[in-house]
Amino acid sequence: MAALVDTLRERAVRFSLLSFLLWIVRIGAVALAVWGTLVTLSSGVFTAAQWKDFLIFGLAQGSVYALIALGYSMVYGVLRFINFAHGEVFMSGSMIGFFVADSMAQSGFWDSSPIAALGIVLLASMTTSTLLAVILERIAYRPLRDSPRLVPLITSLGMSFALQNIFRGLFGAGIKTYPVSPLLDGFITLGGINLIHKSQALVIGTALIFMLGLYLFVERTKTGKAMRAVAEDKEIASLMGIDVDRIIVITFAVGGLLAGVAGVLYAQVFRQVNFFTGFIPGIKAFTAAVLGGVGNIVGAMLGGLVLGLVESFGPSIVLAGLGIPSPHQLKDAVAFVVLVLVLIFRPSGILGERLSREKA
Amino acid sequence: MAVSRSPGTPALEQPIVITAFPSSAFDIRKSIRLGLIAGLILVLISAMGLVESFDDRMLIDPILSLGYVLLFLVPLLVGHIAGRLPPLLEGMPAPEHRPRDVLGGLVSGTVASILLALLVIATPVFDLRTLFINLSPTLVGLLTLNQGLASGLLLLVAIGATLGTIGSALHLLPDKWRSALVKSVTWVLGIALLQDLVLQLLRGLGLSFASRLIFTVTGGLSIPATVLIFGILLGAQLSIKTKGESLATRFARLPDSRKRRTLYAAGVLLLVVIVVLPQIVGPYISEVLDLVGLFLLMGFGLNIVVGLAGLLDLGYVAFFAVGAYTMAVLVSPSSPGFAPQLTFWLALPFVVGTAALAGILVGLPVLRMRGDYLAIVTLGFGEIARLLAQSDWLKPFLGGAQGILRIPNIPVGPIELHTPPQLFYPIAAFVALAAYTSWRLQDSRIGRAWMAMREDEDVAEAMGINIVTTKLLAFVIGAILAGFSGAIFAMKIGSVFPHSFNLIFSLTVLVIIIVGGLGSLRGVALGALVIVGLPELLREFNEFRFLFYGIILVVMMRLKPEGLLPRARRAREITEEERAQDVGMPVTATAADPGGT
Repeated sequence: MAALVDTLRERAVRFSLLSFLLWIVRIGAVALAVWGTLVTLSSGVFTAAQWKDFLIFGLAQGSVYALIALGYSMVYGVLRFINFAHGEVFMSGSMIGFFVADSMAQSGFWDSSPIAALGIVLLASMTTSTLLAVILERIAYRPLRDSPRLVPLITSLGMSFALQNIFRGLFGAGIKTYPVSPLLDGFITLGGINLIHKSQALVIGTALIFMLGLYLFVERTKTGKAMRAVAEDKEIASLMGIDVDRIIVITFAVGGLLAGVAGVLYAQVFRQVNFFTGFIPGIKAFTAAVLGGVGNIVGAMLGGLVLGLVESFGPSIVLAGLGIPSPHQLKDAVAFVVLVLVLIFRPSGILGERLSREKA
Repeated sequence: MAVSRSPGTPALEQPIVITAFPSSAFDIRKSIRLGLIAGLILVLISAMGLVESFDDRMLIDPILSLGYVLLFLVPLLVGHIAGRLPPLLEGMPAPEHRPRDVLGGLVSGTVASILLALLVIATPVFDLRTLFINLSPTLVGLLTLNQGLASGLLLLVAIGATLGTIGSALHLLPDKWRSALVKSVTWVLGIALLQDLVLQLLRGLGLSFASRLIFTVTGGLSIPATVLIFGILLGAQLSIKTKGESLATRFARLPDSRKRRTLYAAGVLLLVVIVVLPQIVGPYISEVLDLVGLFLLMGFGLNIVVGLAGLLDLGYVAFFAVGAYTMAVLVSPSSPGFAPQLTFWLALPFVVGTAALAGILVGLPVLRMRGDYLAIVTLGFGEIARLLAQSDWLKPFLGGAQGILRIPNIPVGPIELHTPPQLFYPIAAFVALAAYTSWRLQDSRIGRAWMAMREDEDVAEAMGINIVTTKLLAFVIGAILAGFSGAIFAMKIGSVFPHSFNLIFSLTVLVIIIVGGLGSLRGVALGALVIVGLPELLREFNEFRFLFYGIILVVMMRLKPEGLLPRARRAREITEEERAQDVGMPVTATAADPGGT
């Protein structure tokens, strides 16, 4: 009996020490963020227009992250592994989109009918990404359906690197710059004030339309219902007459399609694409998915937007306030710190249900 | 229907013969499908520029380059696969290889090479080069064997068809002949491929005259040498009777005293080899060996974290960076902030300290995470470390993107080690230390705790394992080994730059331990040699090494997740699990496992 009490006491001490440390990290992170923000705010270095720019850039960037995050989140929902190669699915769309846009720009079609041209680029990008995602599922992940958890994870990591280098080999390592569409050059103005850059408006608008479409697809259609059922429990779903393999393929296809859209939109924000552009946005989009709650579709959208805003505001406001020189170098680090903090303190994300231990 | 019989069921008296079931290997649709896949692979490797850059490496002068080997291997392999028998089902008559099965290989090889020929035709017609930058006229020349378009393409298809046929005809040979043939061809190609290594070895042993006989001036084996080596190898393979038992089993039968004596002798022999090796192979190969050693050191460390403790760490490079930067700051006179200018040996304890601290810092927050979440968080940590080292914020201490330069050499008594053959000795010493530590740890109490944790954390905790200290210890020991590696790396290069410490570094170490076999020390050694050593010897690979790393990960996970040289116990666990899955039963506990493996 005494021994039992002793072990219990020992355990309590051990766990409280760990949680004590974690609480210190938690409080420290919040304190640093608040302090930095207050310093910046009180110094008043930013004008209202700059604040608006941060906001809009954050939203545009965040909606791209959200679209990619949906692919991670849906695949994680049904198969419970991080598809590292999803970033490359996104990059493939962007890359093929570039070649289509570039050839149209050379033939003059890009400038003569810009709406149709943008539509064609979008279509090409979506097709490429969807195909690649489905092929990936077929050749890499399906044979591993029942293997230990690290096996598909490592496979997807390998696929990610293989795809990057295949694209590098096929299309060269050079950075490819998208042509500027005449439709998207300039600002939407309201009463003489530059409200929002046209390309950013397009990015945010298109992303919202596709996200709404996805939401309706998953919530209202029979296939969407089947997807939710498979995410809930594969075995029971198959007993209910759902073709699980088909649903998994559809999940990959839908994720790929959204990544293709994101590929074109990303190119509207950043203009450039090369074989490595997929990796970092991919990791960040996974961060967004975790932030919103993995497996939760609305969560992924929300997480994307929040991460976009954090990345846009974080360096200039928090880091600059803390007196860190050239804070924009640490933009990516901000995103990763957010990822680490979220996973430590709220692995279920903003909207996610409390993931049970075997799920998390 | 496949019926898996449970052990108790009596065997069927008479096999039921269903004639509709394909008992032959030849299946035209399967062959065409395989041919299309192989054709796509051929198109891909050609369009990616692999064939063209590998053509620079001449294997058999002047007829066969590495590029052609790559090109020819695909139809050969697909022919072999097409000629394989359908899976043997119980209750069916066992199918046999028949000469007409060769048709499958013929079809596959032809289809594959026709696809490649179509690429050659399409390249000028659709001006594909604007899209695929590697579809150069040189490549077209290579693919048409420099025979002009029409006759060249016919020749290409004919070669593809022949190779496919040969591939499937290999099934018809008796086992002994087939394995002898395949081994001899592999050896000849291997010798040709590792020409630089062979040349250096011959020179080191004072046999330079032999190298002139074997290799031509322009590089590659000469044709007479090829025929001779192939003949000797084939003859040797066919005439030697295998003893039937391996060295290990014969060793196990020895009495204890002789066992110990054999071990000592082997140890002394190894020591002599290590001392003499860098002098024989010369500076270039020594450089490669140094690099292999550094990665081996990291491999041993990551093997503890991933292989034994089952914690997939994708930011392992962070610990390497911590070691390198600690060393650089402490020894370099041009360290920007704080420059105590210690010697290597005095700075080493601090490297251990900072690396261990980094291990704890990474380990503590991730204590409660598992599997893929752990992977992505450690990846995040690795990236954060690199971005911080690169930033202007820490520039006053770490030098920002310019890094830290002018790191002095390693002093040993009166001499300073700086050439690759000299640096080989400290690296070998550290590797030996790491190998010994890992070897002693893996069957110790803590090693078994790691493995228990890897299999099931909850059960391990219920068995009284302290998860917190066990996990932290894995991270700390892994971090210290990577720290050592980083410290020596800094001394070897003479400078540190943040750009060296990217994700690809972590991935390389991961590939090393996965190829060799998670948890297996021999495996890590093999992995480091193959994954780091080979691409250094074959400079043509350099541009494509990450492509191969990616493909290797995928292929290993698919075909041999336990690695090439798995630990005996681990291999048994995996196969038993598979067997249990096959009969649809849960894995039952293995009968008492007697201590070691």
